[in-house]
Amino acid sequence: MSQLSPTVESHEPQPHGHSPFLQHHFTEMAQQFDAGKIGMWLFLVTEVLLFGGLFVGYGIMNGRHEEAFKAAHHHLDRNLGALNTVVLLVSSFTMVMGVWAAQTSQRKKMMVYLSTTLALAGVFLVVKYVEYSHKFHEGLLPGKFYAHFHDEVPGQFMFFSFYFMMTGLHGIHVLAGMAAITWLLIRGAKGHFSSEYYVPVDLVGLYWHLVDLIWIYLFPLLYLIQ
Amino acid sequence: MAHDIQATHGNGGHAAHHHHPDYLVDGKGLKSWLFTLDHKRIGLMYLWSVLFFFFVGGLFAMLVRLELLTPKRTIMSAEMYNQAFTLHGAIMIFLFLIPAIPAALGNFVLPLMPGAKDVAFPRLNLASYYIYVIGAVMACSTLLLGGIDTGWTFYTPYSSTTGGGVSMMTLAAFVLGFSSIFTGVNFIATIHKLRAPGMGWFDMPLFCWGMYATSLIQVLATPVLGITLLLLVMERTFHVGIFDPRLGGDPVLFQHFFWFYSHPAVYIMILPGMAVISEVIPTFSKKTIFGYRAIAFSSIAIALLGFLVWAHHMFTAGMSLFAAAVFSFLTFFIGVPSAIKVFNWTATMWRGSISLRTPMLYAISFLLLFTIGGLTGIFLGTLSVDVHLHDTYFVVAHFHYVMMGGNVIAFLAGLHYWWPKMFGRMYNEKLGAIGAVLVFIGFNATFLAQFVMGSRGMPRRYYNYLDQFQPLHAFSTFGSWILGLGLFIAAFSLFASLRQPKNLPNNVWGGKTLEWETATPPITHNFEVAPVMTHGAYDYRSEEQIRKEREMGVTH
Repeated sequence: MSQLSPTVESHEPQPHGHSPFLQHHFTEMAQQFDAGKIGMWLFLVTEVLLFGGLFVGYGIMNGRHEEAFKAAHHHLDRNLGALNTVVLLVSSFTMVMGVWAAQTSQRKKMMVYLSTTLALAGVFLVVKYVEYSHKFHEGLLPGKFYAHFHDEVPGQFMFFSFYFMMTGLHGIHVLAGMAAITWLLIRGAKGHFSSEYYVPVDLVGLYWHLVDLIWIYLFPLLYLIQ
Repeated sequence: MAHDIQATHGNGGHAAHHHHPDYLVDGKGLKSWLFTLDHKRIGLMYLWSVLFFFFVGGLFAMLVRLELLTPKRTIMSAEMYNQAFTLHGAIMIFLFLIPAIPAALGNFVLPLMPGAKDVAFPRLNLASYYIYVIGAVMACSTLLLGGIDTGWTFYTPYSSTTGGGVSMMTLAAFVLGFSSIFTGVNFIATIHKLRAPGMGWFDMPLFCWGMYATSLIQVLATPVLGITLLLLVMERTFHVGIFDPRLGGDPVLFQHFFWFYSHPAVYIMILPGMAVISEVIPTFSKKTIFGYRAIAFSSIAIALLGFLVWAHHMFTAGMSLFAAAVFSFLTFFIGVPSAIKVFNWTATMWRGSISLRTPMLYAISFLLLFTIGGLTGIFLGTLSVDVHLHDTYFVVAHFHYVMMGGNVIAFLAGLHYWWPKMFGRMYNEKLGAIGAVLVFIGFNATFLAQFVMGSRGMPRRYYNYLDQFQPLHAFSTFGSWILGLGLFIAAFSLFASLRQPKNLPNNVWGGKTLEWETATPPITHNFEVAPVMTHGAYDYRSEEQIRKEREMGVTH
């Protein structure tokens, strides 16, 4: 099996001429990278199916309670929703650039791009916090906590059940993504990533794009229904 | 299949003069087990755990059968009875059947078969085990939280409005789902990336194909169960309204969601069983497997078709006649790949040199019991017949023939088959055979009677029943005692062997797959020299035969 070239750029010692990040049960880095990618893509499939259940449930209940859902969605702030969409789209772009910088061994650029992505994720959550506290204030809460009285159309609580479950689950994923990016920044600061080894950056990038993509579907579904 | 040259492995199976200790003693103390990343040790930890829960679930089964000995109260109250059958089902499904073959036996042999040093993600593998333990503890804690009596299917609105332990049990199943997904992700990546040089997809042992198909379902179906159970917990705590008809929700939607996972989950349980049988039958028939590709592709076909039949659980729950007809047709259709396997296994045995060792006895039991289980599934998939049989003991008997006659029997076949490789010790053959025969007799006595009861209208899950059913119920209960005795003898013959010295040759059965080429028990890194595959997985031709065929220019 082919060994990696001994000119690996890394700050770690390399006793046997191969990357210190090569795990014992793989014979070369490419094999380890491919296995990691398969694992991440499978994980993303499970995520799509997890959210898929909520989307299907939303679709069916929307069909059954069309008037209530339509009336309820007017309580959402489209501008804030649109703002968050732009924030996440830009964060996906900075993430791509971060992966590119890692692939091309530009450590400083990578750190800047990853930090920007992290900051944008933070902005997303702050905007979400503003939206949530507004809903809490109005009593627009899920299920039995719904306390927005004198609705013209009854049954709007179910829309907010889905609103909070879907955006809540998505928010948890944003938090998980932030944790993962922080972990990348710590490892990046230690000089772990280079063109020879950037798997974790690549995989977290894939995950972050999915988190972004799910929001791209959530935004029209919740904020823009007609 | 490429079977050109005979096996010429790097170490040729003579690993004795190397001095690596076997994995059982390589690293001592509790910590070396609890933090191990070795797939074989993780497999063993899984094995002890699933065996423990098989015992617990079996205990509940025996209690349920004992209660049903008489038409009225026998040993427990109706409330306790409801909890007993719920715990029997939930424990057997989530804590035994799903992880039994993939996570316990599969963890041990799956990396050995393609000649890998470990699974692709060893840390994920260990995480899978600990998540399983957490889920198991959560499931057991329901007993302290007021119990659960919904049945293992958690149907709404009953499950969303009653019972103290329902939320905990559903969360436990949710957590256990992660453990199952992790195993699936690991196996898929392992099969894709860690096959030995020279081993193409069609040179893999069929066990790997079976595991691959199983893993696909674990990855694709389990998240849907996860979100369904989360929605159920949300319904219980926040009354979100999705499943509760009083709030404008739809309880049948829960059934759709639930079975979208749980029907494929049936194949998570049976495909690994089929995978084991595909190994045991060629080894004990001393014959190349018949129809390798047909068996491999039928596993994938079952995995994919399995996603399209879920609504056959709900023919009487209210759905359009057109939808029912489509699901009925697809249900018949999935019988085809299963039958392909059964015919190929039978053809493998034909003119083989069959030795009736214990694993083979279980494999033959499997063929008979799984065929009965599969054919009675066709009864239930028939729309008009299902109206009569739905929710009767016929259904109970049918799924026990598939789940126990299929998965459990195959698990026992695999356990006896790989036990010598795992521990370097041989179980007692005579006791093993007696156990296998008693299990077969006891199983049929228990569940054949239930087919008859069900077709005569005995509903499932009832605590009291009409006097006319008592002889059959009693027969079933007596059968369960024979079954229990058989399992006890099998366990004794296995566990007693652990006191013997490790003294077995590497290849006790004359198997042709790679796990038999390495030391018994294997060393921590599995192979002294990374193996190179030069022959097909089931090449049982003699050297002479191979030479003759080459002279005659026969190519395969």
